[in-house]
Amino acid sequence: MDMTAPTLKGRLPLWAAAFVIARRDFTYILFSRSFFFFLLGPLFPLVVGVLAGSVGHKVENAETRPAIALAMSAPDVDALMAANQALAPQMNGAMPDFMVLKRLKTGEPFNATEALKSAPTEVAAIATGTLAAPILTGPQQRIENWNGPLALVAGHALHPNAAALPRIMLAPTKQATTADRHRGQMITAQAGQTLLFLLTMLLAGMVLSNLVEEKGNKIIEILAAAIPMDAVFLGKLFAMLAVSLVGITCWGLTAVVLNLALGIAMPAMIAPAVGWPLFIIFGVVYFAMGYLLIGSVFLAIGSLATTVRDVQTLNMPATMLQLLVFFIASFAMTQPGSAVEIGAAIFPFSSPFAMLARAATSPVLWTHAAAIAWQAICVALFIRMGAAMFRKRVMKSGPAGGKKVKRRWFGREKTQ
Amino acid sequence: MASNTGLAIEARGLVKKFDGFTAVDGVDLRVPEGAIYGILGPNGAGKTTTLRMLLGIIDPDSGYRCVLGHERPQEMAHAIGYLPEERGLYPAMKTYEAIGFLGALRGLPLAEGQRRGKQLLEENGLGYAIDRQIRQLSKGMAQQVQLLGCLVHHPRLVIFDEPFSGLDALNQGRLENVIRGLAAKGTTVIFSTHVIAHAERMCDEVAIIAGGKVPFAGPVDVARDRIPPQVRLETRAQTGAWRSALPHDARNEGKHWLFSLPESGVEPLLRALIEGEAGILSLSIERAGLHDAFVAIAGEAAARALEAGTAEEQR
Repeated sequence: MDMTAPTLKGRLPLWAAAFVIARRDFTYILFSRSFFFFLLGPLFPLVVGVLAGSVGHKVENAETRPAIALAMSAPDVDALMAANQALAPQMNGAMPDFMVLKRLKTGEPFNATEALKSAPTEVAAIATGTLAAPILTGPQQRIENWNGPLALVAGHALHPNAAALPRIMLAPTKQATTADRHRGQMITAQAGQTLLFLLTMLLAGMVLSNLVEEKGNKIIEILAAAIPMDAVFLGKLFAMLAVSLVGITCWGLTAVVLNLALGIAMPAMIAPAVGWPLFIIFGVVYFAMGYLLIGSVFLAIGSLATTVRDVQTLNMPATMLQLLVFFIASFAMTQPGSAVEIGAAIFPFSSPFAMLARAATSPVLWTHAAAIAWQAICVALFIRMGAAMFRKRVMKSGPAGGKKVKRRWFGREKTQ
Repeated sequence: MASNTGLAIEARGLVKKFDGFTAVDGVDLRVPEGAIYGILGPNGAGKTTTLRMLLGIIDPDSGYRCVLGHERPQEMAHAIGYLPEERGLYPAMKTYEAIGFLGALRGLPLAEGQRRGKQLLEENGLGYAIDRQIRQLSKGMAQQVQLLGCLVHHPRLVIFDEPFSGLDALNQGRLENVIRGLAAKGTTVIFSTHVIAHAERMCDEVAIIAGGKVPFAGPVDVARDRIPPQVRLETRAQTGAWRSALPHDARNEGKHWLFSLPESGVEPLLRALIEGEAGILSLSIERAGLHDAFVAIAGEAAARALEAGTAEEQR
């Protein structure tokens, strides 16, 4: 062999070794069928969206059923509340909720537009004026929708058998109300969580199938002999992460092309509490963390399985676990500040979902720094534990057993 | 921690237990640098576990190991080549890519590894398969590619676990040549096998592992000397007074008598045979083969382990 003398020194550092694995996995997966199915991933939200519908409905009902706040004279307020109470049962939920914002004294000035900015979260519009000439202040679409119901209630308050209803004066605001903003943020949060869940589910499945292949190829011992198992795990996880980022880029480009070619616009969404740029950054970070957390556990569990069939069998409970975590995080979102929500933010597997929801609904930033640090520590711990378990449990040969094994050690098969 | 002992590997009292089962029970090894060293043992003797401990894939529960001067074998991963018993390569990779990848695992730049891979394939008669995927190769060819992959980074120490299993006679011969070639360049080669003939042909030293212990470690000649030479005798006469001169362990195999060389040598025996008119047609002294030595040593160790296991169970 006429080759240059080797100049290698020591073992590959952890990250260099992980890069060797990641490079191989990345190029391989990118040209595999798994990646094709991954690209089809966005079709799945339709299916899961239906499944998650009940949670979404709960989110909508529990927190954000919008109401018309009343700021009128005391008799008018009482009359409207009574009329609404009388009509609501006949309207089968179509009537908005009414709530008392302020009973005004005669001649007391009231700025509905300003009041909307600081009103309780459920207030979507404010009714002022008189029963005969109500003024409805709020977002354009909202007050247009509520024009009829308010006229009906005001007419009933004036006279239960009134032939004509009073004309509502609409006063549209430019800004979204607190209620609309909150409701929109909750929808943004839910959309973010669902996207996060779908991505991590797809990726975790791909990590498992990658591991199945690795076991089939029997190459794991060669890897374990050359580089640290931590590096193998890290490399595999980050390769899949890189693949997913390529996939997301593909989806993004597809969306842009559809937008330009067919004029299919993205649905307008209320800006999240931390703003879109930060929300997108948090989305990417929490996606990475969520995937690394669940992926590291999948790798650890999968690597402990002795056969390919075992690994495949593990897929189902692992997916169920992911679903459970997703639904817990979705439920926690409906109860901000509660023990459930704080628990979901701390529990490593639900933390990325819960924190993304927080980014949509709360502008506080330090909690994200703490959560990301905590999640990173957990990822490192899980990878370490997985690698240690792998070395301890998998790289052994011979049967587990005691005296019975000893008695027939010389004649047994394949136990070295 | 480097040492200048002239040993590629030194291990003392290595112990490894799995779930209460002692796979390796106090293994001692001293592998000289540049030697071809065989680790012999029956199936389940603890060979693979010993090799995995030497490679740093698993850590011993107790004992001392020093590989290429380092107590942490992983630190010398760049200087070690390893061919495990369970061969494995990525099926979608081309042959030179697979070799390059295996080199990259040991710290060789990927492009350099692939360049060397192509060169190695050409040199070993596999040039026509450079652009073939692993899945397109026969089992024997894939094993050859993996072998080249574990040598691509020019290791100082190469460890083969059952390298001859699954190879046909032709490829076994090629592998023997590769091993001899490596040793000629100063590379230390360790291989495990339960086929004694390979070790007898190639090894400078061997360790016999049985029941997780090493009842013998040393030069092949010393192992063979553990069994007294055998005398093979052919006589014209089948009966006679000369028969009483034969040692107690003499046994008749066809036309020949076989027995251990008496401590007093062959001269008194020859005299007795001549005086007893045995009619000596042939008499030869045959040195014991490694196979006989292995059976004797591993068999004794097996019996001892069995007794120890029984005694422990009775307690």
